[in-house]
Amino acid sequence: MRSAASGRRRRARQTGWNLVGIAVFVVMVFPVYWMVTTALKPDDEINSASPTWFPLDATFSHFREAIAGSDHPYFWNAVVNSLIVVGITVALSMVLAFLAAIALAKYRFSGAKMFVALMIAIQMLPQVGLVIPLYVVLRNYGLTSNSVVLFGLILTYLTFVLPFAVWTLRGFLLGIPKELEEAAMVDGSSRLGAFFRILLPLVAPGLVATSVFVFVTAWNEYIFANVLLLDQSKQTVTVWLSYFTGTSRHTDWGALMAASTVIAVPVILFFLLVQRKMRFGLTAGAVKG
Amino acid sequence: MTSLPADTQIAPEPGRRRARGRLTWARAARASVPYLLILPVLAAVVTVLAYPLYNVVTLSFQRYGLTELIQHSGSWIGGANYGSVLHDSVFWHTLLRTVIFAAVNVALTIGLGTLIALLLVKVSSWLRVMLTVGLVLVWSVPAVVAVQIWYWMTNFQNGVVNYVLGAGQHDWYASTFSQLGLVTALIVWAGIPFVTITVYAGLAQVPSELLDAAAIDGAGWFRTFRDVTFPILKPILLILTSLSIIWDFGVFTQQYLLIRPEHLNSSNYLMGVYLFKEGYLKTDFGRGAAISILMFVIVAVLSVVYVRKMVKAEGVA
Repeated sequence: MRSAASGRRRRARQTGWNLVGIAVFVVMVFPVYWMVTTALKPDDEINSASPTWFPLDATFSHFREAIAGSDHPYFWNAVVNSLIVVGITVALSMVLAFLAAIALAKYRFSGAKMFVALMIAIQMLPQVGLVIPLYVVLRNYGLTSNSVVLFGLILTYLTFVLPFAVWTLRGFLLGIPKELEEAAMVDGSSRLGAFFRILLPLVAPGLVATSVFVFVTAWNEYIFANVLLLDQSKQTVTVWLSYFTGTSRHTDWGALMAASTVIAVPVILFFLLVQRKMRFGLTAGAVKG
Repeated sequence: MTSLPADTQIAPEPGRRRARGRLTWARAARASVPYLLILPVLAAVVTVLAYPLYNVVTLSFQRYGLTELIQHSGSWIGGANYGSVLHDSVFWHTLLRTVIFAAVNVALTIGLGTLIALLLVKVSSWLRVMLTVGLVLVWSVPAVVAVQIWYWMTNFQNGVVNYVLGAGQHDWYASTFSQLGLVTALIVWAGIPFVTITVYAGLAQVPSELLDAAAIDGAGWFRTFRDVTFPILKPILLILTSLSIIWDFGVFTQQYLLIRPEHLNSSNYLMGVYLFKEGYLKTDFGRGAAISILMFVIVAVLSVVYVRKMVKAEGVA
């Protein structure tokens, strides 16, 4: 009878942990749930004193309002601007970071340590401390005028994402057994041939994960975008959203949550797609750093 | 690149050694390969970062306002900017407030994040999958979006937080303490997933034989954690804590947008907002640069002290 009792006790303990786990899940996920459901509720439910927990009368009117409403122009401008900035940042940073990561992972050279130290030091800088010098320098380069300001922003983002991208890709490259590469060279391919036939396919998941990280960082960035993009037609999505509540005291909560949802969705999808690889990259850096 | 020593060589690999002493041009070409590979990254970093960093140092010794910005030249005023900042009681109050704020935020994020990671091991597998997906969901919410969600939830008229707490129409934005409490809640909520998922990955490295041995020896939950799990997690926690210190000390977006620019003043500044308002918005770039430098130094000192302490503790244990 002893074992049945201990089994029951174990099951009771398991249930206890599960209840705590469910409580944690509810607390953590609720804000996101509340964003999406608020976006779908009609105005009278949003403004009522007692909240409606499930949006039974779901409507898409807030989404229409946020994206195409006359009160909130520039949504599509913001999306296009963000896509330009993010797209070019991802493309450039992946090429540059991949080259540097090969140097760090596959060659031993003096100065490598200094280079790594530089990359880590850049990540340690509080970004808000760079607002003033970057603004002054970009202005002196002539990169703050309306026609080229997005280019200035891309340059800025490039610098901030490169250290992490180099570091993560280096981790992925180190994970590839040297023998594979050497075997390809023995088979008569050149170093370059070995690179394209063996290394690139193996490191492709790493490239995808890292570029998602760069995408997310650039898409979410607010501080520098806010400082540099003064013209409404040049704003990226984060700046657009920060102006959403605007100056009026009355806030259109439904439209605000709809806009927030629209901006968060691409990031959430990307994240859910590659989170396993991200975790690998981040912890690889953490353990080896 | 000129400062790098000329005798660089690639890793000695078997089969390459034969070439030593001959083919000097080919060797030199091969030795330059890694430098050519890192050159583009270096160039990008130097144009956009090294020059601004040099610039922030020189700016901090100049009078550099809007007029100087247009004329592209400031006037040298020595340490006057630093003197002005260091004699400003707002700076010291802000610094103290920020240190306390960062300490509370780091402790809560790392503490709760680690506890949830330990919880993940205990729960049933269906719930573990559910929790992981939920955490990744929270992790992926952009900061600007998170601010808007919390702003809506804590709004005094029909915010869900007041309803759940039965707090009537309590205004959470009325006092500095509760304002910073909200920013803390927002930052801890958004910061937990990264900590939990990283620590959980680290927990997989704890050998199960050790845990079984501890259980057979009759070690309780706390002793097992302290003597078996914690030593293995330590390097991960070290990195997470250092990163959190850097992030939470330099918080800007969350406070600036949640409390709103018009409600931010010397009574509730954190360093990031202080720097932004005093330096950038008042277009006193020289003084702002001085604050930036002080902030860099403080963050460097904070992380160095911590890293050293952990390294020392490692050496003793």
